[in-house]
Amino acid sequence: MSALTFTLKHQPDQRVDMSPLVCQKLAEMQPAEIAALTLQNGKRKIRVDELFDITGSDAQNIVIKNSFGKLDFIGKELDGGRITVEGDAGAYLGLGMKSGEIEVSGDVGIYAACEMKKGKLIINGNAGDFLGAALPGNKMGMKGGTILVRGNVGERAGDHMRRGNILIEGNAGDYCGSRMTAGTIAVMGQTGKHLGFAMRRGTLLLWNQPQASARFNDCGAHTLAFLPILFASFKKLNSAFANNSAAFSRVQRYAGDMSEMGRGEILVKIS
Amino acid sequence: MIINGVAIDATFAEAFPMKATRAIITAQNEKWAMISAQAMTGFATSVIACGCEAGIERVLEPSETPDGRPGVSIMIFAMGGKSLAKQLETRAGQCVLTSPTSALFAGIDGGTRIALGKNLRYFGDGFQVAKLIDGKRYWRIPVMDGEFLAEATTGQVDAVGGGNFLVLAESQPQALAACEAAIEEMRKIPNVIMPFPGGVVRSGSKVGSKYAALGASTNDAFCPTLKGMTKTDLSPEIESVMEIVIDGLTKEDIDKAMRVGIQAVCDLGATNGIKRISAGNYGGKLGPFHFHLQEIMA
Repeated sequence: MSALTFTLKHQPDQRVDMSPLVCQKLAEMQPAEIAALTLQNGKRKIRVDELFDITGSDAQNIVIKNSFGKLDFIGKELDGGRITVEGDAGAYLGLGMKSGEIEVSGDVGIYAACEMKKGKLIINGNAGDFLGAALPGNKMGMKGGTILVRGNVGERAGDHMRRGNILIEGNAGDYCGSRMTAGTIAVMGQTGKHLGFAMRRGTLLLWNQPQASARFNDCGAHTLAFLPILFASFKKLNSAFANNSAAFSRVQRYAGDMSEMGRGEILVKIS
Repeated sequence: MIINGVAIDATFAEAFPMKATRAIITAQNEKWAMISAQAMTGFATSVIACGCEAGIERVLEPSETPDGRPGVSIMIFAMGGKSLAKQLETRAGQCVLTSPTSALFAGIDGGTRIALGKNLRYFGDGFQVAKLIDGKRYWRIPVMDGEFLAEATTGQVDAVGGGNFLVLAESQPQALAACEAAIEEMRKIPNVIMPFPGGVVRSGSKVGSKYAALGASTNDAFCPTLKGMTKTDLSPEIESVMEIVIDGLTKEDIDKAMRVGIQAVCDLGATNGIKRISAGNYGGKLGPFHFHLQEIMA
């Protein structure tokens, strides 16, 4: 069976809610039924086949071609299967996803993987603000799984994050790891201002020294035994994080946010 | 059956069901991993008075351990799941948590999960940190030499305890040399431990005693100094008997260990004073696992 492929015919002016097109919802549907599904497009609804050419039949392997930044909610609550996005994705990519895998070749909008529970999300371009965060007003962000971003991420990555890994090969914007409850965010590039703002627990693993903050206290240089195990878990990723040269266990440890619970940590690689 | 002049008795070793677990101890170097492992498996020769039977399974190369450091694999056996969990926790807390540079990992992935570092974390007094990596939870507990890393749980599985054989020799040095040769070979077999000192026990026991308070007492039928005053199982030329007790994850594991152990003893043969191989059993009343010596060596 070939992948169920949605090829965008034209870029609509208004944003499109793509949440009906996830693997578990399409699993039992015939091609005609899928074509007749309606998607919210701005304030009107349009049929799927009005927007996409549909080929293939394997609903466990969905491909969205010619995607662009107004296709929102791709892979919402995905529960198994794989979605490949060729192009950019809009906001709320993989919102609350439960399992499975999403890979985007381009950039993604705000709130990608917010409240994600499990699974794997790979973003080959850049990600917007609030990656892996909680929806506005909610207290729990990402609860599990792994997010890999090959580019840069916006502000507030991992806001209210509770568990799981966010791996960023590029730079992270301001307030990275803000209000984190637990989990791990690793940043190979530079980080912005107010790193770990109001962080309660969790780990920010950095390759470069962040801007100094009065809210984090220096705990000294240490060789931490869990880091080799953490890096070993990255080996199966097709990423710079999987390279042997990326691994280290010697770090400078900063504890904080001392204006909050203060059980979080920033670990900075010692070269 | 006679192998190299050594008579193999037509008898069987009798073993019983136990619960077992395995843990992996790593450290900065093999020396300190071994020190910690020896402490953790100390005073654990017999469930009769130790609460469990424990031993070192083997030394692990850095490439075989979760954190890439030298390590030692240990196994603990107990009569029930509760007592096993209790022994594991107290021993891990007193012998591994305390040992410099050590870390502690699960040695069995499946089975019933029992606490390894799960409760030791409270030693961290609130400063402990959990990390969930690849579905496994680890606890980072701050200690004075840095951090003690312990996997939260390990696996408990059904196992077999009490496999054994007796080495009957013309002298004490010859019996010991034969047992040493057997242990050297048996330690190469995975999934088994020989819990007695150096793997060898010189005080094999029988069930019961003339003293009501004791459940076990010396196996007088195999005591060479009692040959003339008890219903002995020894011929006149036997001057010393030593026993090797084996606990294993499965009956097949114990089979293998017994086979290589008895073969190593027989390789020394009658010319080195080894006369007979026998085994301890209680008429089939003690346990459901029977290891017939002649079948094993066939």
